[in-house]
Amino acid sequence: MAMTLHLDIVSAEASLYSGLAEFVVVPAEMGEVGIYPRHAPLLTRIKPGSVRIKSPDKSEEDLIYVSGGILEVQPGIVTILSDTAIRGADLDEARVLEAKKQAEEAMTNRTGAMEYAQAQAELAQAVAQLSVIDKLRRHH
Amino acid sequence: MASGKEIRTKIKSVENTRKITKAMEMVAASKMRKAQERMRHARPYAEKIAQVAAHFSEAHPEYKHPFVEQRAQIKRVGLVLVTTDKGLCGALNTNSMRLALNKMKDWDGQKVEVDVTAIGNKGAGFMQRLGASIVSQAAGLGDTPHMEKLIGPVQVMLEAFKEGRIDALYLIYSRFINTMKQEVAFNQLLPLHGEPAPKETYWDYIYEPEAKGVVDGLMVRYVEALIYQAVAENMACEQSARMVAMKSASDNAKTVIEELKLVYNKTRQAAITKELSEIVAGAAAV
Repeated sequence: MAMTLHLDIVSAEASLYSGLAEFVVVPAEMGEVGIYPRHAPLLTRIKPGSVRIKSPDKSEEDLIYVSGGILEVQPGIVTILSDTAIRGADLDEARVLEAKKQAEEAMTNRTGAMEYAQAQAELAQAVAQLSVIDKLRRHH
Repeated sequence: MASGKEIRTKIKSVENTRKITKAMEMVAASKMRKAQERMRHARPYAEKIAQVAAHFSEAHPEYKHPFVEQRAQIKRVGLVLVTTDKGLCGALNTNSMRLALNKMKDWDGQKVEVDVTAIGNKGAGFMQRLGASIVSQAAGLGDTPHMEKLIGPVQVMLEAFKEGRIDALYLIYSRFINTMKQEVAFNQLLPLHGEPAPKETYWDYIYEPEAKGVVDGLMVRYVEALIYQAVAENMACEQSARMVAMKSASDNAKTVIEELKLVYNKTRQAAITKELSEIVAGAAAV
């Protein structure tokens, strides 16, 4: 039997592939890389593109689309961490600005310094209400 | 005693409330299943990236990333507070906020300043009332967590850490244990744990194109994955907590209706008895 490696392709929202493979082609940032078992440890970013997988029990290759991410190669294990969001320095920057803007807008209409005491009182009230509800429920 | 009509209106209104809570319970129950599934789907990614990060800390990297450096003095910390967007989910948000408040009070006592990233409307509102310094926030996440919406707010904190404006980053969210039980969790995100153990065999990755960029990408994704997982868990917690809260609200409405019906029937019976005795008394008088 041909030598195999264990391949995992995961994204934050789902596991895309997990199983054995004889040969994998990954669209790395510096060009496509083909990985056979016992490859040297490698860590690289990948570009959006398709991953080609030759699994041992099938004659044709599987194709899985990934939208960029990170590739880690260990001698017997290959892990592809696929991004779910489309990324890029400019895009990330825009997202940062958006998040900051939201916070700033919210900050404009607020009062004075931190009021721990008041907040604590409010929370204590909420907790008291909840415990009363709990007691009432047990009473019935 | 209230008149029959008043009680009837009251019963009607409680019945309407019960219809709403019942509907919300069923909606939450169906959303809960999906939310739990998503939480489970997010797990492999978090596990794998943790594994890669562990491999990385075992290797002898030529480049030490700022995220793994412990700082001697902590002057300012970042806090990511994950809450829900909507209420009516029992004590879930209250518990998270209470922990956040306690931690912030502790830090305040130690003269450590706090920057907050609020994920979810409830926490954002709370931090605003509290008057904390909110550096970024994300609200209106909907029922599915999306990485896209989290990247921005998280990046603000990561940059602050890189530039030395904050010396540590913490995360508060609700951990999902089971449908009936959720727990508040408090985790340290940065600096990352895991000291690289010195080993006999020397090995290191081949980095393409260069170590810095690749490791940066990995570390940023690692922190994002942890936060994403927290958000996914928080959403599963939200739906279960809401389902339980709405179920008990419906049950309570049911008992209230029963009690009101009893009172209603008693008043009705009293009125009939009174009328009868009046008729009998009238007949006797003739």
